[in-house]
Amino acid sequence: MITLTHYLVLGAIVFLIGIMGVLLRRNVIIILLSIELMLNAVNINMVAFSDYLQNMSGQVFVFFIMTVAAAEAAIGLAIVVVLFRNRETIDVDRINVMRW
Amino acid sequence: MTDAVALVPLFPLLAVLVNLFIGKRLSKKAVGILACGAVGASLGASVLAVAGLMAMEVGHRSVEVILFPWIVSGGFQVPIGFLLDPLSAVMILVVTGVGFLIHVYSTGYMHEDAGFARYFLFLNLFVFAMLLLVLGNSYLLLFIGWEGVGLCSYLLIGFWFTKDSASDAGKKAFIVNRVGDFGFILGMLLIVYHFGTLHYGQVFARAPELFHAGDLPMVLITALLFVGAMGKSAQLPLHVWLPDAMEGPTPVSALIHAATMVTAGVYMVCRSSALYELAPVILSLVAVIGCLTAFFAGTIALVQNDIKRVLAYSTVSQLGYMFLAAGVGAYVAAIFHLVTHAFFKALLFLGSGSVIHALHEEQDIRKMGGLKKYMPTTHRTFVIGSLAIAGIPPLAGFMSKDEILYEVFNAGKGTGWVLLWIGGIVTALMTAFYMFRLVYLTFYGESRMDEEVEKHVHESPPPITVPLTILAVLSAVGGFLGIPVIKKWNIMHNWLGEAFHAAAEHTTEAATHAASAVSHLTVELGLMTVSVVVAVSGILIARTIILRRPALAEKMRNDYSFLYSLFLNKWWVDELYDLTIVNPLKRFADMCWSVFDVKGIDGTVNGTAKVANVSGGVLRKLQTGFVQNYALGIVIGLALMLVLAFF
Repeated sequence: MITLTHYLVLGAIVFLIGIMGVLLRRNVIIILLSIELMLNAVNINMVAFSDYLQNMSGQVFVFFIMTVAAAEAAIGLAIVVVLFRNRETIDVDRINVMRW
Repeated sequence: MTDAVALVPLFPLLAVLVNLFIGKRLSKKAVGILACGAVGASLGASVLAVAGLMAMEVGHRSVEVILFPWIVSGGFQVPIGFLLDPLSAVMILVVTGVGFLIHVYSTGYMHEDAGFARYFLFLNLFVFAMLLLVLGNSYLLLFIGWEGVGLCSYLLIGFWFTKDSASDAGKKAFIVNRVGDFGFILGMLLIVYHFGTLHYGQVFARAPELFHAGDLPMVLITALLFVGAMGKSAQLPLHVWLPDAMEGPTPVSALIHAATMVTAGVYMVCRSSALYELAPVILSLVAVIGCLTAFFAGTIALVQNDIKRVLAYSTVSQLGYMFLAAGVGAYVAAIFHLVTHAFFKALLFLGSGSVIHALHEEQDIRKMGGLKKYMPTTHRTFVIGSLAIAGIPPLAGFMSKDEILYEVFNAGKGTGWVLLWIGGIVTALMTAFYMFRLVYLTFYGESRMDEEVEKHVHESPPPITVPLTILAVLSAVGGFLGIPVIKKWNIMHNWLGEAFHAAAEHTTEAATHAASAVSHLTVELGLMTVSVVVAVSGILIARTIILRRPALAEKMRNDYSFLYSLFLNKWWVDELYDLTIVNPLKRFADMCWSVFDVKGIDGTVNGTAKVANVSGGVLRKLQTGFVQNYALGIVIGLALMLVLAFF
């Protein structure tokens, strides 16, 4: 029997993978993908609780989040394209103009 | 007619305003006419007002003209108002009369000066302030005038401010006067505290009701007021500014530092006679300080070589006489000497100015001599002035100085008072000597001038010689205002007597005391003889030493070298002040600057900036610019929050 706990553990694992990706990888595209992972980990939690509490609003929320995430991914990728055109790199270590 | 008194200070004030706004665009002639005209008009108004006062009944000669209320604070009120009584009448006549002559003289003396308009602006402002001082009906108005003349004195001493010595002298005069004025302000505050008013009439009326003679408040008030008088009238130990004040133009020395401003202290003490009579201790102190100053300044004048400095110390010395007179309760004699001194000392200063001008700003009497044949008018008037101050009858100085010495002799307060009289007589001897030393060195004997200078020596133009002549006449006949012996003919006593009620009792008491001991007339004539003998011998000594036997002067200089250098260096008072007050103050100021200001205040301000700078330098290391570092921060924060939330 798959209980709520299993879903939550899965969500936590996916979320941690996302965090690790954001913190450790240097490629902007990978970082964006990792952020999507974190978002979707939240989505899993939402759906799990929706099922557990027998309340549909959680699932509705997930659809909204996926929509917004799609739009956000489009903008994020567009920024990466512009960034690459300007700096000829998408390595975050070299994007450091905000440094002291 | 007495209402004209309100116009007296108005004319100089108007001239100041006109001169202030358009003076620079007026021609020198117009400025001169404006300035002299204003003081002349003041003189006219004064004469009118005093004539009106004379027409009034004896014993009721006192008019107050209140112009408008000024300070109104509950029960404490100070209106702007003028008090015309015999005392202020004498003062305004002297101020406007002598002032007018000196203004006329100045048009000649300052003619080549670029600051002509500025000069007359200050001079008119001075006359205004001085008239306010003597006419004000309360201590506060007196104080405004007092500070006003101090300001003008400062401005005019430093008139040639590009010269370091002149601007230094101006500052010195101002700062030394500050010491005195501080005392004066405290005195005024005490008067307000005890009487609730500064109005002369009310204060003098209430003083005998509220206090007995010798009560502490009276002693304090009069002592503090006298500190103010010491500063303004250059009495020991605040006399140091007056000789330095000679850096100003010579007519200024004549008007401010001889005839009028420096006598303000004497006027103030005489005006406050009702208070001083209630503080016999302070009155004695006034007499002692006056006598000491007279003697002390006289010794310095003996050996000075600058023509104006001799006259400056002579002024200090004569002011000492006035305080001596006031101190023994002889206020009339003090004011009488003030008047005659204004005549002959203004004359002497203006005469010295004429000499200095003719010799192209040479002031050292060792480089003069034989001027008699070049400058006949200056010579004649100067000799008259010198005879007057030396005390040769019947010139003005004899009458007034003799009266002072007589009053001192008759004050009859024990043996100590005889010492004061002896001090006065010795000073009279010195006065005769140093004045004729000056006369002989300047006008007689061989010329010691440079040839170049000698070629250009000439008598001064009429604007200079005419005032000299008028003042010489006044110095000669001014003494008849106070004829001794025959009281009925003594105009000064009859006129001023009512101004000093309290003092009148004092002197009659002393007089009866003296009368019981010796016959009145004998004493008076005897003292007169002593004075004349002293004056004549002083002149003869000067004649012997300076003219006949210069070798003797040399010998005395060597034999008494200590005394000579003591007098020449002014008893090292300036050096003493430098050592005890000026330099410690400078060091203290330096310390305030280097420790308190630089390290304390600047240190705090700079330290604040430094803290922000250093902490910023450390904290900005956090701003790595790597987004992932910030993300790490967020995650750590989240983790910490979770930890806190669960445990």
